[in-house]
Parts: sequence; C-alpha cells; structure tokens
Amino acid sequence: MNIQEVITALNLNVLTEKKDFSHIIPTCGYTSDLLSCVMAGAPHQAIWVTLQAHSNIVAVATLLEISAIIITEGAAPDPATIAKANEEGVIMLSSDKPSFYVIGKLWEMGLRSE
Amino acid sequence: MGDISRVQRRTITDQEAENITRVEELAYELKVDTVMTRDPITVTPETKMEDTLDLFRSKRISGAPVISHDELIGIISIEDLILCLQKNDLDSPVSKYMSTNLLTITGSEPVIEALKLFASSHFGRLPVLNSNKKLVGILTKGNITNGLLNALQIDYHEEEVRRYRASHLFEDINSDRSSLILRYNIKQGDFIHGGTASSAIKLALLRLGASPQIARRTGIAVYEAEMNLIIHSTNGGVIRVEIEPHQISINISDDGPGIEDIELAMRPGYSTANETVRELGFGAGMGLVNIQRCVDSMRLESVYGKGTNLKLKILLQKEDKFGEGTPGNKEK
Repeated sequence: MNIQEVITALNLNVLTEKKDFSHIIPTCGYTSDLLSCVMAGAPHQAIWVTLQAHSNIVAVATLLEISAIIITEGAAPDPATIAKANEEGVIMLSSDKPSFYVIGKLWEMGLRSE
Repeated sequence: MGDISRVQRRTITDQEAENITRVEELAYELKVDTVMTRDPITVTPETKMEDTLDLFRSKRISGAPVISHDELIGIISIEDLILCLQKNDLDSPVSKYMSTNLLTITGSEPVIEALKLFASSHFGRLPVLNSNKKLVGILTKGNITNGLLNALQIDYHEEEVRRYRASHLFEDINSDRSSLILRYNIKQGDFIHGGTASSAIKLALLRLGASPQIARRTGIAVYEAEMNLIIHSTNGGVIRVEIEPHQISINISDDGPGIEDIELAMRPGYSTANETVRELGFGAGMGLVNIQRCVDSMRLESVYGKGTNLKLKILLQKEDKFGEGTPGNKEK
C-alpha cells in the first residue's frame, strides 16, 4: 500500500504540495493526540492519525520521520503550518471523518500497528 | 577507506526521498535562459529545404528557428522535412514548410512555464526570446532534463561535501580531547519555533556521521526538553550540546520557576501544564519519561523558585562513533 492509494481510498485532502505519492510506502499506523505519546510510540515511517492541527505536529513528524500525517474531523492547520510542512517535506493530509473511521479504513486496507 | 563508501550509500538513500520534491522546486527556481541552448543554428525563409536537410544532418539537430531581418518568423522541424521529402520537394524554400503559429517563451521565466507549454502543445522545442523579443536561444525537453540533473548534482554534491567534511572533523583536528559545542537559546511561549533546535541538532549529528538511531534518540530527548522550556520556563532557557567522539552531553538550563517535586514530575502522566497547552497536545506528563528512555544517563536538578538544570548523556558505542561510517541499518 502506498500513500496515493490511501489518499484515493479515504478521499483525503492533500494539504501540502502535491507530488508523486505512489512511491511512499508507510510501514504501519499510529494514533494519538498527545505529542509526547507520539514521540514515544510512533514508529519510523508510520502514518500518524491525529486531530491536532497546530504547527508542532510538523516538528514531531520531522523528528520521527513520519511518512504522512492524517488530520481528522476536518481540523485545518493554518497556512504557516502548511508552509512549514512543505519546507520540512512533511506530507499533511486531512479528512472530515473522525479518527476512528480513518483508522478503521486503514486497517481494512492492510495497515497495521507495529 | 571502505567506511566512506558506507557513509555515502546511506546518504544517497536519504537523498533519494528528498529529490522528488527537489525536482519540483527546481522547476520553479531554474530560469529558462540557464538551461536553453544559446545562439541556436538558424535558417532564413529563403533557405532551400535541401540545405536545411544537410544542416540538420551535419549539426545533428532536429529543428531550427527561421529568422528574417533579425526577427523570428517561424520554426522548421524534422517533421516538416519528412513531409517535404514525401512530396519530393527539396527544392522549395523553408517558408513553404515552416510553422508560423509559434509558441515562444522568455528567458527569465522559470522552467515550469516551459514544461506547461510542452504539456499543453505538440511542440518539441520553444524559441526563447529576450525582453526585446529577439531570439536568444532554443529550448527542448532534453535541455530541461539536463538542466535539472545538473542542478540536482550540484545540490547533492554540496550536501555530500558537507557530510564528508563534518564526518572527518574529529579525525582531522587533533587534541587530547576534542569536542564540538552547539548552543541554542529557547524563548518561553515560542510554540512556532518549537522543535527547531532539536531538528538542527539531529541534522548536525547526521552530518557528523552519527548513526540514524543516535540522531533520532538525541532528537527526541532534546525535543521534549525544548518544549519544556517553551511551555514551563519563566524566561526561556539554553540548550547546550557537547559532541565528543565517545559521547553526547546535553545540558538544558533555565532560571525559573523550578520544579516543586522532582519525584512527582518524573511520574508518567503527571503534568502541571495548563488547559491551553494541553489543547495543543502537550502536557501528557510523558516528557521527562521520554527523555529518560532515550538517554543513557539523566540528572535533573531543580530549586523551586530558582531554576532547573537537566543533564543528559548519550554514550556512543564503537559502531556509533562519528566519522567511521555507520552501518545504515533500519531503525525502528
């Protein structure tokens, strides 16, 4: 499964620069809205599902080398956060659906927890 | 020197992921006149098709702008020549076969504009004009590919040189005990820049040749400490990282408010963060726990009302040492 397939299957909005996502393969999934838990638990190259949309998620994703962030419940990061994500090469996607739904779909597609 | 090739192989994989977006960036940064062919071979409307054929063959080109009285009036391509050959009409002048319905581009435009023109038309080459509408060059898709590759190579080379130089720092500079000290001043409440210092430290370690695991552990520990300064300190604080070939010593200090009960602060899940900060996803009470998990030793000293000093050490095993070419094995 690659990020492009995830975007298509879950009908996600691509918030950061559009590029070829088909070669980016997430290793597994992780969810939490508490950044320290993410720091402790999110594996390298995971997809991170969260409803946090403020700029520090970019710093966390950069440090952990997260493959993509999916922001749920339609939460919208501000333009500065999106700009920072583009600068750091962090992929930010969003969905109107709640986290539970997004994670359920990802699991259905074969993505697992580590 | 087999170690060096190991370092290089790791940096290539790092680079590969970045290059995708870098190509896109470059398409916006590179200007048409830096990648085009300058002073292209031209013909006049009166040039015979037969001479044009000879010209294409001898110069190994597949198209040429048609110039009359110093003005661009058309373009003649190999496709036009084929049509002319089919009609056995090589005696005719270029003016009979050239395309006059021209798409042109200005030299100062970014390459991305040319790519859009190529994508939306059937043209294989674009005449490049200066601001006075005079022909200064010709641009093909091949020019763009070459230009992008050159630019990428320069970029890549710069990062390689940086890493190579940095990774030999400790070997090249001789003393009884060498160390490199990095200092970062962190402002209280500066959530916008939260994570900047930890990212910079992580990059510095990678350039010095540290293993990805060591860089990641250090990055996480410093990130948590950096956020603590932003969230909890009275006047911000200082992060000081001392890098030595055998260890990384990190010192985080502030001048207040100090921790009332260190034992309680160390308990997983305990946090004094206020509601606003918690809404941002901080204050899980896991910061110090995370730091402890990532480092080999940790000493937390605090005087309530005075300030806090956190001392961390990450020890480098033989295989982790700087500049020795780390085996880029996959981290978790």
